[in-house]
Amino acid sequence: MARLAGRRALFAVPVLGIVTFGVFAIAAASPFDPVKAYAGTAGLSASQDTLDQLRANLGADEPLVTRWWNWLTSAVRGDLGDSSALRQPVADVIAERVGWSVLLASAAFLVAVLLGGALGVLAARRPGGWTDRAVTSLAYTLEAAPPFWLGLLVMWFFALKLGVLPAGGLTDTGSTVVTADQVVRHLVLPASVLALSQLPWFVLYVRQGVGDALQEDPVRGARARGLAERTVLLGHALRSGMLPVLTLIGSRVPELITGALLVETVFSWPGIAAATVEAATAVDFPLLAALTVLATIAVLVGNLLADLLYGLVDPRVGFDG
Amino acid sequence: MAETTKATGTTGAKGAIGVTEAAETATAWRTRAVVRRSTRVWRVRGSAAVVAVIVLAVLLVPPLVQLDQQAVDLAAKLQPPSLAHPFGTDDVGRDLLLRCVYGLRVSLLVGVVAAVVSTVVGTAVGAVAGAFGGWVDRLVMRLVDVFASVPHLLLGIFIVAMFRPGVWPVVVSVALTHWLSTARIVRAEILSLRSRPYVDAAISGGASRYRVAVRHLLPGVLPQAGLAAVLMVPHAVWHESALSFLGLGLPTHQASLGTLVQSARGSLLAGDWWPTLFPGLCAVAATLAIAGLAGAWRERLNPRSRSELML
Repeated sequence: MARLAGRRALFAVPVLGIVTFGVFAIAAASPFDPVKAYAGTAGLSASQDTLDQLRANLGADEPLVTRWWNWLTSAVRGDLGDSSALRQPVADVIAERVGWSVLLASAAFLVAVLLGGALGVLAARRPGGWTDRAVTSLAYTLEAAPPFWLGLLVMWFFALKLGVLPAGGLTDTGSTVVTADQVVRHLVLPASVLALSQLPWFVLYVRQGVGDALQEDPVRGARARGLAERTVLLGHALRSGMLPVLTLIGSRVPELITGALLVETVFSWPGIAAATVEAATAVDFPLLAALTVLATIAVLVGNLLADLLYGLVDPRVGFDG
Repeated sequence: MAETTKATGTTGAKGAIGVTEAAETATAWRTRAVVRRSTRVWRVRGSAAVVAVIVLAVLLVPPLVQLDQQAVDLAAKLQPPSLAHPFGTDDVGRDLLLRCVYGLRVSLLVGVVAAVVSTVVGTAVGAVAGAFGGWVDRLVMRLVDVFASVPHLLLGIFIVAMFRPGVWPVVVSVALTHWLSTARIVRAEILSLRSRPYVDAAISGGASRYRVAVRHLLPGVLPQAGLAAVLMVPHAVWHESALSFLGLGLPTHQASLGTLVQSARGSLLAGDWWPTLFPGLCAVAATLAIAGLAGAWRERLNPRSRSELML
């Protein structure tokens, strides 16, 4: 197990190297100019000398490999450069915002697991029955619906039409302190929409997992012993059907990030996904590069977690592969 | 259980959907099987009808109907759905049904081009990995793993941000992020084809490596690659609309499913729901219909695969 973790960590080093290099290579191939981006509107009136000085200071004339290596070595020491759009160190931006994104993502996953588990079990009970068909149709429709569109409709209905929940942000307008009560109220809508966007996967996997488990010997044995249907379903089938799904949550990080990019933007949630979109709109390369790498790290950690947990839960899976 | 294990490797994109093919229970009643069979047939027919309507509308309405989709009519702004305007009008009085048709046209065009490009790239990469084998295969597939470690939409956002929004950056960014699954499918298919006797026969008959690859292996993977391309279209449409919605895709005056939802935000905050609702419904209908047809095709290609999970 430790060997698997070690090997994965070893694999992560070249992956991050290639991803960061790719990020720099794409930027180098694009019309993006770091000096203009750094100087902003002041660059329009600045003299050529100043711009040249800035260019030298930023190291923008260095070859691609040198710039990449400089960025990498300072990143390892914790210096990720300065965000040109937000005018503060990238590391501070991430530190300020990452907590809110983690909160949103955990709340969404919790809702998706509970709701998805319940719907999946309902569907698996009688494959082809009307509940099954209703639940699977719902799952496919949700999968096809763009999360930003769902978010806007949900916001319109609950915030504008009914007026029961706030439309976006983290706190009420005019409020200067962040209280838990306000955060929870502002969290409900974005977390629900993010959960809805993750729901189809959970529903379909739990449905298949529990459906398969219902065909297996332990369930047949439990039925033969005359156990109640409830016990069979929740005690036997759900346990073996749901566990693999729970362990695979880690492999859902890419989809979660995709959903968060859209949901945080719709609801103006002050997380890192919304910051990524802002950075992209403002062509803020230092921030965008750091957040892309951060997302890659999250994906790699998620995959490692999924593999480790899967092996822990199912001893038949070896760690040698 | 094997299905679940396999799924770890797929970094699923969003939007593609398979046709329900529930695990047959040994005790399934005959009648229920008949009912399910007929619903499946109807689902395929329904999908075909929706796809036909969309394709006809998108191809025929712009040249045949002499209506200007950009025609501003401030007197008729923000009218709710009615007989004259089935989808209502937007904040400058443009007919939303017409705008949705044009939006679908642009989104589907971007989606089809991006799907074709990503399928060509994926097939080429997968074929090279599968046909050469050895260290080439290992290197290429590791590279695919590296690509898969960056979330699709994020990489797309990065590319579009660096190259500035526009039609071509969007097509390139969608194509560059979506060839991975095709490469994996094609490689697996090539590996299974390579062990067939007719390939051995061709090699012992003196056929060159190139000839074996092009004449004997590639035709075998074309159906799978074609299926992957069709399943990719809704992904690509989804991707384009997400980028456009974020303001990083097509310019706002260009009607696409994403820009329509994006430009409807102002009206939505004022309480008018229809400019937001209908473009999204178009996206959902198109996605479900295309995926429904592709699912039926997939069942013919791989009749024994019973997993419907195409997430």
